[in-house]
Amino acid sequence: MHATNTLQEADRLMTLCNSCRYCEGLCAVFPAMEMRRDFLDGDLNYLANLCHSCGACYHDCQFSPPHEFNMNVPKVLAQARAESYETYAWPRGLAPMFEQNGLKISLVAAASVAAFIAGFVAWHDQAALFAQHAGNFYKLMPHNTMAAIFGAAFLYAIVAMIMGIRNFWKDIGEPASTLSEAPSLWQAMKDASTLRYLDGGGVGCMNDSERPTDTRRRWHHFTFYGFLLCFASTSVATLYHYVLGKQAPYPWYDLPVLLGTLGGIGLVLGPIGLMLAKRVRDPMLVDESRKGMDVAFLVMLFLTGITGLALLVLRETAAMGLLLSVHLGVVFALIVTMPYGKFVHGIYRFLALVRYAKEKRMLEAGAAGAA
Amino acid sequence: MGVAMVDFSQRYDVLVIGGGNAALCAAISAAREGASVLVLEAAPHFYRGGNTRHTRNMRCAHDAATDTLSGPYYEEEFYDDLLRVTGGQTNEELARLMIHESKDMLDWIVDQGVRFQPSLGGTLSLGRTNSFFLGGGRAMLNALYKTAEDLGVAIAYEAEVISMDVEDGMFLGATVKRPEGDVHVRAGALVAAAGGFEANKEWLEESWGPAAKNFLIRGTRFNRGTVLKMLSAAGVDQIGDPTQCHAVAIDARAPEYDGGIITRLDCVVFGIVVNKQCERFYDEGEDVWPKRYAIWGRLVAGQPDQIAYIIFDASSLELFMPSCFPPIKAESIRELAGKLELDAEALEKTLTQFNGAVQPGTFDHTQLDDCRTQGLSIDKTHWARKIEKAPFYAYPVRPGITFTYLGVRVNTQSRMMMADGKPSANMFAAGELMAGNVLGKGYAAGIGMTIGSVFGRIAGREAATNARN
Repeated sequence: MHATNTLQEADRLMTLCNSCRYCEGLCAVFPAMEMRRDFLDGDLNYLANLCHSCGACYHDCQFSPPHEFNMNVPKVLAQARAESYETYAWPRGLAPMFEQNGLKISLVAAASVAAFIAGFVAWHDQAALFAQHAGNFYKLMPHNTMAAIFGAAFLYAIVAMIMGIRNFWKDIGEPASTLSEAPSLWQAMKDASTLRYLDGGGVGCMNDSERPTDTRRRWHHFTFYGFLLCFASTSVATLYHYVLGKQAPYPWYDLPVLLGTLGGIGLVLGPIGLMLAKRVRDPMLVDESRKGMDVAFLVMLFLTGITGLALLVLRETAAMGLLLSVHLGVVFALIVTMPYGKFVHGIYRFLALVRYAKEKRMLEAGAAGAA
Repeated sequence: MGVAMVDFSQRYDVLVIGGGNAALCAAISAAREGASVLVLEAAPHFYRGGNTRHTRNMRCAHDAATDTLSGPYYEEEFYDDLLRVTGGQTNEELARLMIHESKDMLDWIVDQGVRFQPSLGGTLSLGRTNSFFLGGGRAMLNALYKTAEDLGVAIAYEAEVISMDVEDGMFLGATVKRPEGDVHVRAGALVAAAGGFEANKEWLEESWGPAAKNFLIRGTRFNRGTVLKMLSAAGVDQIGDPTQCHAVAIDARAPEYDGGIITRLDCVVFGIVVNKQCERFYDEGEDVWPKRYAIWGRLVAGQPDQIAYIIFDASSLELFMPSCFPPIKAESIRELAGKLELDAEALEKTLTQFNGAVQPGTFDHTQLDDCRTQGLSIDKTHWARKIEKAPFYAYPVRPGITFTYLGVRVNTQSRMMMADGKPSANMFAAGELMAGNVLGKGYAAGIGMTIGSVFGRIAGREAATNARN
């Protein structure tokens, strides 16, 4: 017996899949499944997080609905995956953040933006918010204050996510030492950075029908690399400030601004593309109850990108004050809700890929040894 | 979706009846020759493709190893294999043509979007000879349908042909049952690729008697042989034995139709097989899987109520591929008999006799080992081990029909031959509907798909040429 009905159903599906195996060339899930004959909760959570939801196995399965075997692997694994995020959340008391996640993220974001506006007004006079500061953010919030607030938020998110990782790793029954194996980590980095398993085994993801497209992978790359570029921009700016003593604002051609602009464009286009792909997605593949979580994360990334770009364009004008408070509010909310939203999908999937890389290597070594 | 609206009033160059591998290869090949093509698939979209949905590989000759094939498989060897499985019941000219054309098929089918992968886990024995479809048969179909749609082929689902106008061996048109009402379609040439009649139980009963009622159909419920019947009525020459079909023993708990691959059981060799009277009826250890895999359907069909039970113990549980239903499990043979509703005394007696006859040997399930029984009226000649380690397990099995062999005679153009010996003016056939030309009986894994693809491609090309002239 399994802990939840979802895992019970996932067990039924994996047992059936294991007696067919036609899909083993589509992605990592099915080869990982073939290495097992019985499925514990942790095994199913591992497989669920390994699944990239490309949908190919649903369209390639002879037994998907309306067949009486009613096999819908991408949907059931998506449900199991979302439930696993909740199970691993730290602290336990915040696990309910994953219920009605869209609403809760919106409330956190609204409160955070409001807090920044209120803070600027409280610290300065109301006029300062609407005055021109020649692009100098620190007139409104001193750099050290900003660094302290965001540093603390970031530190909290990291700690919470590390605790989640511990819970995941324990649940799937993998020793901690795997995380220090360079070949597995390197393989997982390659697989994750190329979204190797979001391509239906080569032709592309089957999003709206059995006719494959590669749009989700493309827009995910925009989003993911946009996010990384924004992170890089902030990191470089921090180094400029503390190591080189170079104070913002930086000119448009300087590295932090270039990285931030490119990243911002990625964070605007990527989430729009992913939202459009979500709109046309085959409803049979969608876990409706968690749609809010996906949408909230995309909206937060989009808002981060668009407010950042707006700030860059309008930083010389009187709109800067308000834009800065909105941008900082959104980014703050994004950071503190990272452990309690869709962001964690990347963490757990990467870790599942690390484990898969290790399992695959061991299997191949075993086969070579036996041959 | 890219699916063109189907215009039934247009006269098409080529009409394809059927929607599986053979039909789609014919449609694509005709469209590539410049023909306008209409495909009539009786099934709804999800069930499109007939038995191709359940397939996973095709057997093609090749002179060298490839990325996905572990070694060469020369034409001669392929032909020898075909002779062996059919006991010589094949048309040599057509068989050699098919085998020769199969070499190019490996490239052609990939050009139509089908992808291959190395042999699946648990099927290493086919890694040299058979090319496995990445994602299985339905993935193959998805690729073929996409290619056909992109070429402008019109495809109608839920379009069952209910009558055909054929005059003097010349196809004129067909009446199609549609959800919105019957329509009549006309075409310059016909490719019939509508499968066999295995889902038509009344027809099976004609050859098999009442036993057919207990048969399970492993594939589509849409292969009812109606097109085959119409063609025979129109004077096309029949070929093949109506009592011949590919039947294996599958899990008796499988659904009546469409249980597919996951209901198969690979464990006959690891235990004993008894009928409902708890008697053994054949040497379970005759040969390695999958060579004798296909005889068990017929053997079980010959037992009372067409049911049998594979019985084995804990020592064999993990030696074979799992199937979709868990085995029935018990701590004693007596308890197992109770769960199977068999006579406990009789089952215990059979087991005791069997265990008593097992000779010492070295068990090795990867080859014909020296573990055998001695002194039984039916000895088990390999892999005979005492069944004594609890828990004990059983799978109930019934005959599962995969496909039938009765079909229409064709020539090397895949053109139908009339009963009077003349070739048809414009009718061609491909796939299961004409498989009997090369496969009089028996089966070799993946050969049904070879027949479908090779003769489908030929039939489509010839039909297009025929329609143009």
